[in-house]
Amino acid sequence: MSEFTVIRAGSAPGLPVPATPRNVPHRGGEANPSAATLKAKFGDAIVRVDVVWGETNVVVAMDKALEIITWLHDEPTESYEYLSDVTAVEFRDRGLPIEIIWHLRSLKHRRFLRLKGLIEKGRPLSAPSVYGVYKGADWLERECYDMFGVTFEGHPDLRRILLWEQYAEGYPLRKDFPLRGRFSRAEQLEQALAANPEARYSMEELSVADAYADLPQDMRARIKGGESTGE
Amino acid sequence: MATKRTIEVELSTTGIGPDGKPQRVPLVAGESGGVALQAPPGIEPDLEGEHMLINIGPQHPATHGVLRLVLELDGETVVRCIPHIGYLHCGFEKIGEYRQYNQIIPWTDRDDYLNCVGNNIAFAMGAEKLFGIEITPRCTVLRVIGMELSRIISHLVWMGTTCIDIGAYTPFLWSFQERENVYNLFEGWVGARLTTSASRVGGMAADIPDGWLDGLKAWVRTFPKTLSECDRVVTKNGIWVGRTVGIGAMSPDEAINYGLSGPMLRASGVDYDVRKDFPYLDYETYDWEVPIGVNGDVYDRYLVRMEEMRQSVRILEQAIARLPDGPVNVDDPRVILPPKHKATSEMESMIHHFKNVMEGPRPAIGEAYVAVEAPKGEKGYYMVSDGSSKPVRWRIRPPSFVNLSAIPKMVEGHLLSDVIAINASIDIVMGEIDR
Repeated sequence: MSEFTVIRAGSAPGLPVPATPRNVPHRGGEANPSAATLKAKFGDAIVRVDVVWGETNVVVAMDKALEIITWLHDEPTESYEYLSDVTAVEFRDRGLPIEIIWHLRSLKHRRFLRLKGLIEKGRPLSAPSVYGVYKGADWLERECYDMFGVTFEGHPDLRRILLWEQYAEGYPLRKDFPLRGRFSRAEQLEQALAANPEARYSMEELSVADAYADLPQDMRARIKGGESTGE
Repeated sequence: MATKRTIEVELSTTGIGPDGKPQRVPLVAGESGGVALQAPPGIEPDLEGEHMLINIGPQHPATHGVLRLVLELDGETVVRCIPHIGYLHCGFEKIGEYRQYNQIIPWTDRDDYLNCVGNNIAFAMGAEKLFGIEITPRCTVLRVIGMELSRIISHLVWMGTTCIDIGAYTPFLWSFQERENVYNLFEGWVGARLTTSASRVGGMAADIPDGWLDGLKAWVRTFPKTLSECDRVVTKNGIWVGRTVGIGAMSPDEAINYGLSGPMLRASGVDYDVRKDFPYLDYETYDWEVPIGVNGDVYDRYLVRMEEMRQSVRILEQAIARLPDGPVNVDDPRVILPPKHKATSEMESMIHHFKNVMEGPRPAIGEAYVAVEAPKGEKGYYMVSDGSSKPVRWRIRPPSFVNLSAIPKMVEGHLLSDVIAINASIDIVMGEIDR
């Protein structure tokens, strides 16, 4: 068995000793130095930089987002090698754009950066997938797709993750989705009773074992009719 | 780096060879000179080349909740693993958009239900960031005590259940006994055992009662003894070592790229702990170490968690010694209710009480992401406020969700029985994964 070389966080030279932040201002304050570097490197692709409660937000043009994130990951002076989170925010104000949020961390430089891509209302909900850069984005992007309906271009396996594949009520975390769901309780119960759990195996799973051919005729017909492929 | 194992499949026939020993012949006849076996009539021929699908869960004790794994097996070796989650999905994040900040705290109990106090405090820290509140020194130390206690009980549950998965029963009883003692302490503090809702925005639900610290001191003194007993029966146990060493290994670069956090990341040789690198609650002023593994396998994850419990005890000892007197809640009328006797005797205090309860405190427009080192890893609460009393978006960054997403990578090439050990080593809580 091979032993790994330990990777130490905060290994960049000249970093201050980390301390619990105190008296953080609401707006303003010290910005993450990466924001200025990004501004110099990408120019117009950086739409806005602001600091809220000590956290630096960088709003980037959506078509350049993947390029920027890849650069942040690969560039040794930035080295944002850790993806904390991918999520989206929709505001109650219908006029505001939907935000796609990437929370990035640089372990080496002990930095935290929030990247945002904006999608104006009425435009298709689509964002580049960062799966090629961070493997950890796999499920986070699937969850964001599941909850908001954001299509991550380039994700190899974008399907629902927390809800089942046939879920047809829409995307729960969107503001136009009612808290109790779209259908009445009676209708939900009726649908649940009529559901066929066997058909919830995806086509992929069934074809792996060559089990598809062994399925009863009616079930094959139902799967062919689209019962397990969702929407 | 998953270590591939070659499986020496041999078949012991009932016949006795010329040397007087049972004849063992390779199952698969090949160029290496194996003997071609003629399947006896009535017995199915060799299943070479056929893959088998196995479904584990969602109702299976070794999946620690309602996780479903579909495994494609070649013989006993896992070729592919497809996890299915969502059986416990209740829409916490959606509900949070319809609740005031203090009303969300009971929901944080239920997302990672083995680390309730830690979640409560993490959420309150996030809300305090939105309000721009600095908590009192006494509250800071009390929160450290709560966080470390809940880290210990979460690791105890992990150790007990993993021991059961791998075939040992005694450490389970010992660790659950200690967990009961901690729950007694929590009960004395906030009145609840499992779903504590211990924190409030700007402070805690309650100060610790008189004499509570003596109980904690006694527990901190006796707990390391139980820990070393568990250590004695498990760490060098032949079965334990055989089932865990070299299993499910991840290299440091892979672990970072997959977004692993907590003991999973540190066992892979990455020295990263949120408490050290992005400190909160004055963790930088305590004297403690971050345990690091160097092999990244299930065994190292076990060692890291055991050592983390010892370090938590060290932090607890220092926190007990430094606990200052003073108020627990901040003096900030935006979030803290007036004293009860004033609310019933003064008009202004009653209005203040009524408004705070019925309408709820309103933070400034903004957003805050607070990450803490939960027992499972980096637990983040991301809150966006539009200036109303309810968040526009409340996002939980679940550490075990991201850790679990690496399971197809970790189990690939291992045996079916290793899947159980690897799955146990992730320390999943389905309440947090499905939310």
